Amino acid sequence: MAISTSTPSDGAPGAAPPTGTGTGGERQRRSTLLHRLDVRGAPYAFVAPFFVVFAAFSFYPLVYTSWISLHRVELSTLSLMEWVGFDNYTALWDDDRFWNALLNTITIGVLSTVPQLLMALGLAHLLNYRLRGSTFFRVAALTPYATSVGAAALVFTMLFERDFGMINWMLSLVGVENVDWENNKWAAQTAISTIVIWRWTGYNALLYLAAMQAIPRDRYEAAAIDGASRWQQFLKVTVPGIRSTIVFTIVLSTIGATQLFGEPLIFGQGPNGITGGADNQYQTLGLLLYEEGWKNYQMGRAATVAWAMFLLLIAVFVVQRIVKRVAARKA
Amino acid sequence: MDKFRRKLRRRVVTAVSAVSALGLVVGCGGSDGGGTGGGKKDGKVTITMGLFGVMGFKETGLLDKYMKENPNVTIKADIAGDEQTYYTALQTHLAAGSGLKDIQGIEIGRAKELSDTQKDKFVDLAGVAGTDHFLPWKQSQVTASDKKVIGLGTDIGPMAVCYRKDLFEQAGLPTDRDEVAKLWEGDWSKYVSTGKRFKQKSKADKVAFMDSSSGLFNAMIYGNSQQFYDKDGELIYGSNPVVKDAWKLASEAATSDLTAKLRQFQPGWDPGLANSTFATTVCPAWMLAHISEKAGPKNKGKWDVAKAPKGANWGGAFLGVMEKSPVKKEAQDLVAWLTAPEQQAYLFKKIGNFPSSQTALEMPEVVDAKSDYFSGAPIGKIFGAAAQEIPDEQVLGRKDGTIKDIFSQGLTLIEAQNKSPNEAWKTTDKRIEKAAG
Repeated sequence: MAISTSTPSDGAPGAAPPTGTGTGGERQRRSTLLHRLDVRGAPYAFVAPFFVVFAAFSFYPLVYTSWISLHRVELSTLSLMEWVGFDNYTALWDDDRFWNALLNTITIGVLSTVPQLLMALGLAHLLNYRLRGSTFFRVAALTPYATSVGAAALVFTMLFERDFGMINWMLSLVGVENVDWENNKWAAQTAISTIVIWRWTGYNALLYLAAMQAIPRDRYEAAAIDGASRWQQFLKVTVPGIRSTIVFTIVLSTIGATQLFGEPLIFGQGPNGITGGADNQYQTLGLLLYEEGWKNYQMGRAATVAWAMFLLLIAVFVVQRIVKRVAARKA
Repeated sequence: MDKFRRKLRRRVVTAVSAVSALGLVVGCGGSDGGGTGGGKKDGKVTITMGLFGVMGFKETGLLDKYMKENPNVTIKADIAGDEQTYYTALQTHLAAGSGLKDIQGIEIGRAKELSDTQKDKFVDLAGVAGTDHFLPWKQSQVTASDKKVIGLGTDIGPMAVCYRKDLFEQAGLPTDRDEVAKLWEGDWSKYVSTGKRFKQKSKADKVAFMDSSSGLFNAMIYGNSQQFYDKDGELIYGSNPVVKDAWKLASEAATSDLTAKLRQFQPGWDPGLANSTFATTVCPAWMLAHISEKAGPKNKGKWDVAKAPKGANWGGAFLGVMEKSPVKKEAQDLVAWLTAPEQQAYLFKKIGNFPSSQTALEMPEVVDAKSDYFSGAPIGKIFGAAAQEIPDEQVLGRKDGTIKDIFSQGLTLIEAQNKSPNEAWKTTDKRIEKAAG
C-alpha cells in the first residue's frame, strides 16, 4: 500500500507495468477521472471562446454602461464622473425626444419590416419554381445585402433629393409635385424604410427559400391532386411549412429595426442626420443615443438611452413569450 | 453524492472560463493606445495629418512641396469632408487616447472647447519661432487660460455676398459690384428688402434670392464680438440682442419665401449651385473655392462678389500638434511652415482661403488678388476690407459649433417645415439647453 500512495506524482500513463492489484485500481480510477473530465469538460472548453468574447465585448460593456448611466460625464473628460443616481432615467422618461424617437423607431420598423417580409416571401416563392439561371437570381437577390449600409444610404439619399433627385423626377412625369422627402415626416420615414427594404428583402427571401426546399414535394403533389391552385398551395402548404422560419425572420427584423441607425444618419447627412431631421422627424432611438453621446458629448445620458433600448428589447421578448403561451393554451 | 460532484465540477469550469474572460478584458485595458501613426525610421520621418473640408494643403500641392524641400519627410494627410464628422471622430480619439494623427486641424467653433478641456493633449506652440505674424485676435482664439497656445492659425473667414450677375439683371437690379454693395450698404435688413424686390421682378419663377436663411443668420451674428457666450463663459444667446435681431431677420427671409430652403454644405446645395436655383449666398472667403468647383465652368463669369453690409468673420481653422506624437518637433516645423505668411498668401491665391497672418495680408499678391471665376472681382480688396471690420475681440464659447448647428436647424423648422418663428425659437432654446446645459 505504501507504494501505491507514492506513485501519483510520477505515474505517467504506461510508464510502468501494473505490479499489483492495488495500484491497478488506483490507475483505473484516475483514467476514468481523466476520461470523465474529457467528456464533461471538453464541451465547456470548446464553447469557452464564445463566452470569453461575450464577456469582454458584451457583458463587460453592459455593466460598464449601466455604471456610466448613473453619472453625469462628458466624452472629453471620461475620468471626471459625477454621481447622479437615477436622474438620467427620470430625465429620459420626461423627455419628449425619447418618446418621439421611440415612436419613430416603431413606425419606421413597421414600415420597413412588414413589406420587406411579404416581398421576401413572394420572391422566395418565385425563386422556388424551376427556372433557368436560378443560381444567378439567387445571388442577385443577395447582392443588396452585401452592399454596405453607407453606400446604399448615400445612393438613396441622392435618389430622394428634393430638387434634382431621380425619384422626384419620375414622380413629376406622372404629375406629382416635388416631394420634400427629408423635411416631410412620413416621406422621410418611407424613404428610410425603402433603403432598409432594399437591403434586406433578398436576404430574407433566401432564408425562406431554404426553408421551402425542405418541404416534401409529395405534399404539393397531394394538394395538386386534390385540385388546389398554385395560390392555394402557397397558402396551405408553403406558408405553414416554413412557419418557424417566418417567426425567426420576424424576430431578426424586430431586433434590426430597434437598432436602426446607419440609414437615417446618412439619409440626413451632417447635423441633420444626427438629430434625425430638423424636427427630429426620423430620429430613431439609435440616433438619439448617438446625438446624446457624440454631439452633446453627454455619455451618461447616452448610456441611459442604451439601457432603455436594452430593456425595451427584453420587454418585447417577454410580451412575445406571453402571447405565445396564451395562444398555445387556447389552441 | 455523484450529482453534487458533477454540479461542483460544472461550477469550476464556469469559473475558469469567467476568469479567463476577465483576463482578456484586463489584457485589453492594460495596453497603451500607442502612437499617432507617424514616426521615425532609418532617418526618415513620417508625419500624419487629420484635416477636414478644403483646407488646401494637399489640394494645392503644398504638402508635396514640403516633402520635396525636406526629402526625409513623408506626410500622410487624411481629409474628412464634413467637419461635424471629423470633430466627432477627433473627440472619440482624444477620449480613447488612440487613433490620433500627429497634426490635427481645429475648426474655430471647437477651439474654445478644445483649449478648455483638452489642452494637455496638445503641444504648446506659444514659443515656436517666427509665429508672431498672426492677426492679434486669431491667436487669442486658441490660447488657453494659462497662455498655452494649442494651434497655429490657417485661414479666417471675412464675409461678402456672392451674387449672380445674370439673375440680378433679369430682375432689373444693378449688376456692377459697387452698385450692388450700395443696395444693402450698412444694414442687413436692406439685403432682405433687396430680396423682396428681386422676388417681385424676377422672371425666373424657380430662382430664390438666397440659398438659406442660416447663411444670413451666421453673417449677422459673426459681426459682433459676443455671440452665444459672454466673456465669463456664460450662455447669453437668449438675451443677446445680436442673436435676437439675426433670428428675426433670418426668419423674416424664411417666411417671405426668399430662400431656396437649402442647407449649406448639405445635399441639394451643390446641385443648387450647379443649376442656378438661387441668386445670392453670403460667402466667407473660403467658400469661393467651393462655389467655383460646384457651380462649374458653365457658370464662370456669371458670379461676382460684393461687399457685405457689415464685416464679419465666419470660420477659420488652426493646426495643432499632439503631445503624444513621436515626431513632435518635426510636426511643429511643418505646422509653422504651413501657416507661414508665404504659404497663406499662396493658398489664398490658389483657392481663396483668406490669410490670418497680418504679414500675408499686406503682401501684394493678396492685396491685388482678383478672381477669374467671379468676374475678375478684386477679392483681395473686398475681403481685406471686411477683415478690417471684424471686431478685434471675439468671444468664443465651448459649444459654439453645436449651437450654430442647432440654430441652423431652428431656421430650417421655419423654412421647410412651416413652424412659426416663435415655436421654432422655443424648440431651439430647449435643444441648446440639452446640448450645452
